[in-house]
Amino acid sequence: MSTVELPQLTAKDFASDQEIRWCPRCGDYSILAQMKKVLPELGIAKEKIAFVSGIGCSSRFPYYMNTYGFHSIHGRAPAIATGLRLARPELMIWVITGDGDALSIGGNHLMHAIRRNVDLKIVLFNNRIYGLTKGQYSPTSPIGQKTKSTPYGSIDWPLSPLSVAIGSEATFVARSVDVDIQHLGMVLERAAQHKGTAFIEVYQDCNVFNSGAHDYASKKGEKEENVIYLEDGQPLVFGKDRDKGLILDENSHPKVVNLADGYSESDLVVHDESVSDPSLAFTLSRLRYPEFPEPMGIFRAVERPIYDQEVTAQVERTIADRGEGDLDALFNSGDTWTVE
Amino acid sequence: MASTDIASSSGMKPIEEMETVVVRFCGDSGDGMQLAGTQFTNVSAAFGNDVSTLPDFPAEIRAPAGSLSGVSGFQISFSSKDIFTPGDEVDTLVAMNPAALKTNLADLKRGGTLIVNEDAFDKSNLSKAGYEGNPLDDEEALAGYRLFKVPMSRLTKDALAELDISQREAMRCKNFFALGLVYWLYNRDSRPTEEWVNKKFAKLPVIAEANIRALKGGRNYGDSTEAFTVHYSVPKAELPPGKYRKITGNEALAMGLATIAKLSNKTLLYSGYPITPASDILHELSKLKNFSVKTFQAEDEIAAMSAAVGAAFGGELSVTASSGPGICLKGEAMGLGVITELPMVIIDVQRGGPSTGLPTKTEQSDLLLAMFGRNGESPLPIIAPATPADCFAMAQEAMRIAVEHMTPVILLSDGYIANGAEPWRIPPIGDLKPIRFDHPAGVEDGETFQPYSRDENLVRPWVVPGTPGLEHRIGGLEKSNITGNVSYDADNHHNMTLLRAKKVKMIANRLPDQDVHGPKSGDLIVVSWGGTFGSVRTAVNQAIADGKSVAHAHIRYLNPFPNNLGDILSQYEQVLVPELNMGQLRLLLRNEFLVDAKGLNKIKGKPFLVSEISEKIDAMLAG
Repeated sequence: MSTVELPQLTAKDFASDQEIRWCPRCGDYSILAQMKKVLPELGIAKEKIAFVSGIGCSSRFPYYMNTYGFHSIHGRAPAIATGLRLARPELMIWVITGDGDALSIGGNHLMHAIRRNVDLKIVLFNNRIYGLTKGQYSPTSPIGQKTKSTPYGSIDWPLSPLSVAIGSEATFVARSVDVDIQHLGMVLERAAQHKGTAFIEVYQDCNVFNSGAHDYASKKGEKEENVIYLEDGQPLVFGKDRDKGLILDENSHPKVVNLADGYSESDLVVHDESVSDPSLAFTLSRLRYPEFPEPMGIFRAVERPIYDQEVTAQVERTIADRGEGDLDALFNSGDTWTVE
Repeated sequence: MASTDIASSSGMKPIEEMETVVVRFCGDSGDGMQLAGTQFTNVSAAFGNDVSTLPDFPAEIRAPAGSLSGVSGFQISFSSKDIFTPGDEVDTLVAMNPAALKTNLADLKRGGTLIVNEDAFDKSNLSKAGYEGNPLDDEEALAGYRLFKVPMSRLTKDALAELDISQREAMRCKNFFALGLVYWLYNRDSRPTEEWVNKKFAKLPVIAEANIRALKGGRNYGDSTEAFTVHYSVPKAELPPGKYRKITGNEALAMGLATIAKLSNKTLLYSGYPITPASDILHELSKLKNFSVKTFQAEDEIAAMSAAVGAAFGGELSVTASSGPGICLKGEAMGLGVITELPMVIIDVQRGGPSTGLPTKTEQSDLLLAMFGRNGESPLPIIAPATPADCFAMAQEAMRIAVEHMTPVILLSDGYIANGAEPWRIPPIGDLKPIRFDHPAGVEDGETFQPYSRDENLVRPWVVPGTPGLEHRIGGLEKSNITGNVSYDADNHHNMTLLRAKKVKMIANRLPDQDVHGPKSGDLIVVSWGGTFGSVRTAVNQAIADGKSVAHAHIRYLNPFPNNLGDILSQYEQVLVPELNMGQLRLLLRNEFLVDAKGLNKIKGKPFLVSEISEKIDAMLAG
């Protein structure tokens, strides 16, 4: 086997020549910076990477990456990326989407890309608002939120993106926060290494239309009490003084306990990202601030046959079984007759 | 292998020779009429007749048994000459139950042969069909036909008496009894059908035997019973020399697509969502994986179209197919294909609309949808095959235009072409041409790749992602010409709109000239497109034979029109445009050429009868 020396790339190599047009201090900048930092570490040539996005602020992302990119139409990025993947299985494909793009207009495509386990890395920027259309509520906006289209407060029950992903048979599910750059970098890297669909929700701040929506999970001094950082094989402990933890009670319902109240770490739920049963991951995806701390990190990482590989394998198997397609034989199949 | 061959059964009764015969099998949806019709077609085609078929079935998989809405029919015309339609009037009608008789009798020619399964004319079936008494007893009503009352259920049961099968299984063989009888009537060789049965039921030999016994039972009944005094033969047709097979429009589309991909050494990526009457294209292509065909059954029509756009961006041959309702859903992603200038083929197998409309019936009412059914100024080329066999060439042509001009192309088929069958002359592989690709390999050092640079035909380069140095971004926002960067500039948008229109218009320069059948100038030209070809050509041929000054132009390239079309239309006093819609091509022709075209419009979910077109021609010539 011959080895190809890849030039050592840096974040700069992945920057396109386009002026970035997100609002100042938008959370998207941080995610872009982390992406540019993570990609050079993967050892993949930049022409072998493609970004596909839908519509929304986050979906401008491909313009700012010096890779192949497709800024498509609202909600359809997972379907377009599936077509691209079937045509070019050798590429690494990232799908960049938002809460409206992925969960509202594109809900069906998201669900089916995930259930097929197409080898796509889907990053959902969740700011819980429609930013590009200037401030309507989204499928992840909380009940009661006042927006331009809900002046008396939202009455739509919000979705948990990770619950949707797990319900759609996801093999890799993770969550991070835009400003927590080390954690975000780690999550992006794990997603890149996953074989199959990797689904990542990133809490992203829209400082214009929904400023501070994720402060509880991103601000120093608050996040320590409101976030559990998941570590595979480790008990679920949180708190500034690591004095709290999560147990499942006799009804298998999650419950926060204080380690000072007679609980030890051995009583706590131990995280297992690779268990095939998705129940634990689903339970974790249901934990909502302020009733519970919200988990960050890898919820689930399991292996399952990958759709695009199976498609290629079926073609190869058919060729092996029946031989390379022969047009003459195809045309002459069935009843034929000759006119002299 | 023991079988009843023609020689042994034809010696006893006289045979009369016919030129063209139209047979229709009709019965309940569960009676196997489509199968009987298909077998009759195969046998006739293999014998050397020209054939043309019209399957007609209900949208419901199983409408209530015996009901009028559950009647399924299959009409076939077979001939010793070149024919273009499945026929206006039926010579022999096989009706398996009262509902089939009631809904089909009007199409039977006066003096035609009527074969009925009299066992099915019981009280319950008569009442479901809305008959007060038994029509078979009404000698006056059926006096104009040669009626044969055949107890098919009982005879089938008798023929299978020695076999170990259930009553229900035995009754499912009565379509083969009817088929055998019609084989005898038209002196057909039943061996190809017997071979088909043996293959089909290889794992159920008793069922195979039952069907073959029923088939022979029908044949022997014709041969031995005194009711049938004469039978007929239709000699081989004088078709151009070559090797032939029978093909439906959907089969030909699938084969054409697989062919162009194979010849061009590309993967074909077909994405689709099940919809009548387009699903068979997906079924056919999914069998052809060893031709490097990848099929993707998407979660919905939008995803199918989107995946087609993604695969086109990926540098492979990309196709999706649907029917009207699905095409509506694909509109937005088609527009993305237009603005990103990527090659792909969108097949619309038209059916009756609006909305769910008439899923299993034919119509030509999506032409304006194809022309204008996207937001913004969003032009793309449109082509339409004329016959089932023409689908083979037009599928390749659609892909060739798409790739050579970097644009989505719509191919308009219809339910009539899709399900209808005709002989197809198998082309020598050497006559087929691959598409040549010109994927850029890279740029010189120091140069920047310009994804929206253009050649003399205004065509931009098609890059295969993965190519080093050509990384670029495209999308649905307006593009700056040459660089492909996002542009909100007013003049650029104006210019890009004109450019996209001109790019499509310029395709006309590579199209074949429009041909005219008949006189090059005269009193009337009939202009048609799509599946009405056969009826129009037959009517025009009759008019010419009668000495009338009538010509026919059948348009296969609908956008852009062939360059010489306007000149052609100006050579005739009158222009008639028959369409299975309210006048969509007529609207385009009037707009493009300021010609006072008249319409003949029928929206019944059925093809034109030749006589309908002939009458209109005569009326226009009479002024």
